[in-house]
Amino acid sequence: MLTQSQSVSPSVSLGVQERIKVAAAALALGLVLLGGVGFAGASVLHNAAHDTRHAVGFPCH
Amino acid sequence: MMGRALLAAILAGVAAGLLLTVVQMWRVTPLILEAETYETGAVPDHAGWTLPGGGRLILAHAGHDEEGHEAWAPADGIERTAYTALANILTGAAYSLILLAGMMASGRPVTAATGLVWGGLGFLVFQLAPAAGLAPELPGMPAADLFARQVWWWATVAATAGGIACIALARPVAVKALGAVLIALPHIVGAPHPESHASDVPAGLAASFAANSLAASALFWIVLGGLLGWAVARQMSEMTKTAEA
Repeated sequence: MLTQSQSVSPSVSLGVQERIKVAAAALALGLVLLGGVGFAGASVLHNAAHDTRHAVGFPCH
Repeated sequence: MMGRALLAAILAGVAAGLLLTVVQMWRVTPLILEAETYETGAVPDHAGWTLPGGGRLILAHAGHDEEGHEAWAPADGIERTAYTALANILTGAAYSLILLAGMMASGRPVTAATGLVWGGLGFLVFQLAPAAGLAPELPGMPAADLFARQVWWWATVAATAGGIACIALARPVAVKALGAVLIALPHIVGAPHPESHASDVPAGLAASFAANSLAASALFWIVLGGLLGWAVARQMSEMTKTAEA
């Protein structure tokens, strides 16, 4: 049986500040990656990621 | 905490991206390759249009660079599959990091089970809502201006995510109602569409592609959410144990 101290809630285990820091870093890194793979206009990037862009529904062409 | 959480998210994304690659090779990529055989015809080719007087209009998005050289593209076969796998892995890592950001920002308990719910929400936000306006498109199908579609895609993702956050996290009914309006808004405004959908690509092929693409994405998001929830929950419980020791 789980006791309160073993709870896996981030609100219990982590302070608000720490959670927001992790969230901000993860969001920034995730958006940069997503922009590069799915949306960058350079022909080389487009051609390399072409099938992925079509298959996962990013606007392509 | 920060480094380990980001690493766990990236690893979950890589695993889900690899699974997506296998499913795509089976159900999705063959349809893309078949569609490419119809890619000439009524649709302008990627190199651009011939202008009156014989000049060529070369778009930035065309398969040529500014000096008119053919841009690099992976060779068909193993090389093309390898780059698709790489792009899938990076997409998986990107979506996993964004999902982690949502989990952390919400402050809700994270388990493998709640991770599945997060994965389902990711599918709604990043796949289903944009697909309702811009169906997953095959090569050779006519489409509106690329930039306009990309703007609509991002706006729809932001509005749907914001709407779900309003409904799930806020107590006042007025804020929940605002969330519902936010989710509907991009579809009331409408996605950019071409003047005509006429295409050499058979309608049945396009329908099969849209369905299989969304099904593969649904599987990807559910697996990603479950893996990420499990990994985050494990880290949280380890941290708690360390703190107690």
